[in-house]
Amino acid sequence: MSSKNIAKEIRREIVKMTAAAKSGHPGGSLSLAEIMEVLYFEEMKIDPAQPDWPERDRFVLSKGHATPVLYSTLALRGFFPKEELKNFRQIDSILQGHPDMKGIPGVDFSTGSLGQGLSGAVGMALAARLDKNNSRVYAVIGDGECQEGQIWEAAMAAAHYKLANLTVILDYNNLQICGKVDEVMDIGPIAEKWQAFGWRVIETDGHDLDTIRQAIKMAQAEESCPTIIIAHTIKGKGVSFMENDPDWHGRAPNQEQLALALAELEKGE
Amino acid sequence: MSKMIATRNAYKDALVALGEKNENVVVLDADLAKSTMTYDFSQSFPQRFFSIGIAEANMTGIAAGLAAAGKIPFASTFAIFATGRAYEQIRNSIAYPNLNVKIAATHAGITVGEDGASHQSVEDIGLMRGIPNMSVICPADGPETVAAVMAAAEHQGPVYLRMGRAAVPVITEEEQKLEWGKAKLLRQGQDVSILTTGMMTALALQAAEILAAEGIEAEVLHLPFIKPLDEEAVLATAAKTKRVVTAEEHSIINGLGSAVAEVLSEKLPTPLRRVGIKDTFGESGKPADLLIKYGLTPEEIVKKAKELI
Ligand SMILES: Cc1ncc(C[n+]2csc(CCOP(=O)(O)OP(=O)(O)O)c2C)c(N)n1
Ligand SMILES: [Mg+2]
Repeated sequence: MSSKNIAKEIRREIVKMTAAAKSGHPGGSLSLAEIMEVLYFEEMKIDPAQPDWPERDRFVLSKGHATPVLYSTLALRGFFPKEELKNFRQIDSILQGHPDMKGIPGVDFSTGSLGQGLSGAVGMALAARLDKNNSRVYAVIGDGECQEGQIWEAAMAAAHYKLANLTVILDYNNLQICGKVDEVMDIGPIAEKWQAFGWRVIETDGHDLDTIRQAIKMAQAEESCPTIIIAHTIKGKGVSFMENDPDWHGRAPNQEQLALALAELEKGE
Repeated sequence: MSKMIATRNAYKDALVALGEKNENVVVLDADLAKSTMTYDFSQSFPQRFFSIGIAEANMTGIAAGLAAAGKIPFASTFAIFATGRAYEQIRNSIAYPNLNVKIAATHAGITVGEDGASHQSVEDIGLMRGIPNMSVICPADGPETVAAVMAAAEHQGPVYLRMGRAAVPVITEEEQKLEWGKAKLLRQGQDVSILTTGMMTALALQAAEILAAEGIEAEVLHLPFIKPLDEEAVLATAAKTKRVVTAEEHSIINGLGSAVAEVLSEKLPTPLRRVGIKDTFGESGKPADLLIKYGLTPEEIVKKAKELI
């Protein structure tokens, strides 16, 4: 797979698996395709043959509803067969609606209740330090999710413990279920808030592989504090009728919409 | 085939009607207004609707403050977050001072379906009924939900109102008033009593039909109130049939079955079987398939009833 095509392939699987499941969350999955490509295909130290390798880098999808992007990425990276994606959200399937660490190879933490994943990531980063293990922890959080108080409790703890091995990526798409984040409950000024909590803040275009890569490398080089990468993204990115529309937060495409989406993804770069 | 409506849909209309009647009613939601159905209220009464964002603990505390200042807040989100995420705020900020907050939660139980175990609240009745001052209502269908909303608004003090995501058949009267703390005898029989709540009541009525075809006459006692529990009605039916089966879309630990067992074991020890989630987490799947896999069916109720006969 040439680099250009991985994010596109991830997007294809996202729309296919939500259509097959007739449920799931395409919007906030499509916004993460490039970020997941850089993490799983370039930067994270992982081995699909040994998902439990103790020295691996770990990943926490704190905005757990974005399982379509997580599962597509894990499948394409070889953690489990791509065919499994067809069973997403079906009874008796390993691919639960929200990440289930006890059943799915490559899932490092169970999430789904917003606000809780980041604390788990802090715990993993503390454990890595205790074990003198130089592995890193990456966590993806949502902008709506930043309304949860627990996010800020975790932010405080990570800075307090100077967890330079923790990198958070904020999927800053300015949408949540009920509309625009700044209208539902304003979280701004978001960069200043994280800075004030003692984090290094890097802003980037969340759909540009080069700048995402650079941002992650900067985070890896930081030695004194945790880093948050504020990734400016478009919810529903890549499927024009889903882009910037909160109605596609938790709705699956029907067969006709799936065909349209796949055709568009085929055309797009 | 009876009419199907989700209890959360009935909540939508009841809330708007209540808003018209009572200016003190205010509504809070945590980024789920279109799922919990508080959205219509937000459009009808924008001044009295508060969008709190994804911050359930904060929403619960704000509701407590509104109640302390004389308002009648209905705070809505999914049952798992309403009772789980904000449990201690409910306990200490609402129930301890006995404030007039209505926790009106939707998406209770495993019929949440595809979202899976993280979103399927099967412990909430237990969490809520263990709190002093708290009342707990699990309506069986749409019309009873409307009546429950009105009753909750009239009642002084905290109420937990448990509603579902999926459409369920209408089995109670279209126009009704809920008598506080009272059970409803939906079917008479002398061989076994089926005590049920919420969406399981419709299935209990089906179970009674199956039993009747086999010559077993089941009494069906529906308990919209888990708390206060209608002990008199529970004891009366147990005394009559001497066999009790409970059924609920909740864990067999701490729910209706436990509440009934508590009363019976102290006052009238009676052979008992509980139908419910057997101390396990749910999973993703279609609601109908999950009900079968987790044993929440008329057939399971029939099986338990026969164990007692
Ligand atoms: C504690 C909690 N409250 C509510 C929800 C329901 N919920 C799922 S996704 C979502 C909106 C998330 O918005 P955001 O974090 O911005 O995610 P994105 O836009 O990236 O999809 C909500 C409210 C939840 N999963 N957890
Ligand atoms: Mg968002």
